[in-house]
Amino acid sequence: MSTIEERVKKIIVEQLGVKEEEVKPEASFENDLGADSLDIVELVMALEEEFDTEIPDEEAEKIRTVEAAIEYVKSHSGE
Amino acid sequence: MTDLMNLTGQVALVTGASRGIGKAIAQQLVARGVTVIGTATTASGAEAISAYLGEQGEGYALNVTDPDSITAVLQYIDEKYGQLDILVNNAGITRDNLLMRMKDDEWNSVMDTNLTSVYRLCKGVMRGMMKRRQGRIINISSVVGTTGNPGQTNYCAAKAGLVGFTKALAKEIAARGITVNCVAPGFIDTDMTKALTDDQKQAIFTNIPAARLGQPEEIAAAVVFLASPGAAYITGETIHVNGGMAMV
Repeated sequence: MSTIEERVKKIIVEQLGVKEEEVKPEASFENDLGADSLDIVELVMALEEEFDTEIPDEEAEKIRTVEAAIEYVKSHSGE
Repeated sequence: MTDLMNLTGQVALVTGASRGIGKAIAQQLVARGVTVIGTATTASGAEAISAYLGEQGEGYALNVTDPDSITAVLQYIDEKYGQLDILVNNAGITRDNLLMRMKDDEWNSVMDTNLTSVYRLCKGVMRGMMKRRQGRIINISSVVGTTGNPGQTNYCAAKAGLVGFTKALAKEIAARGITVNCVAPGFIDTDMTKALTDDQKQAIFTNIPAARLGQPEEIAAAVVFLASPGAAYITGETIHVNGGMAMV
């Protein structure tokens, strides 16, 4: 069973079409990983499906880095 | 080469499908192998749609001004069909009055039914279409959204609003394989134009080079084309179907 961190990183790699080594915790989706605003919306959609949760818009707006995504999932899943 | 008009196996939602242009659109889509969910405001209207669509579709009672009703129909389609490829926003009303006499409820009801409903339905189908990297949204505007028409400030504003909405959304999602376009009918032979007097019709005909009303099927044909694989590179566009009365 993969850790939350691994699962989040895998989704980021798939959604944004970036290399795994680029997905560093501090990496910004927009500035470092070349995502536009719609890419980030889709990324949040993919996270919602992977972790079977609904991320409210005001929370989704704060998810701007790899670390923020991992932290959000960790603090909102039962694991 | 693949058939650029092939729509077999796709699923479409057509609002305002009980009569007129919406009915013609639903019928032509079904004829091309599309499964159609056609909506009407009443249960009896929905039954009538089920009756004319036959095996390959069904009617559904939808109030396009009610967000919960929109959520319900999209959920129903998702559960029963598992996909939605084509959305045709056709439902529309008129509440004509000179601006100096127009009431707030005449303005608001036209905005809610003709414009806000399109925002809600498009938003509702977005997730599914984005995921599948495929989708066609066709909004039925009107020639008067471009030319203006006295007594219809509300209707013209809503129909012109659809054109701007269409362009903005088309730009947002073009890279995801989803197109958003308008078809703008001129004067078409429907219940909406049957309300016109003979004098009004004669006055209108002098401005229509084709010298006749259009048929609902002639609007449906443009919608079917925009829904087809061959139209994949057309987005943010408005196709005017008006017998030459306004050349844009």
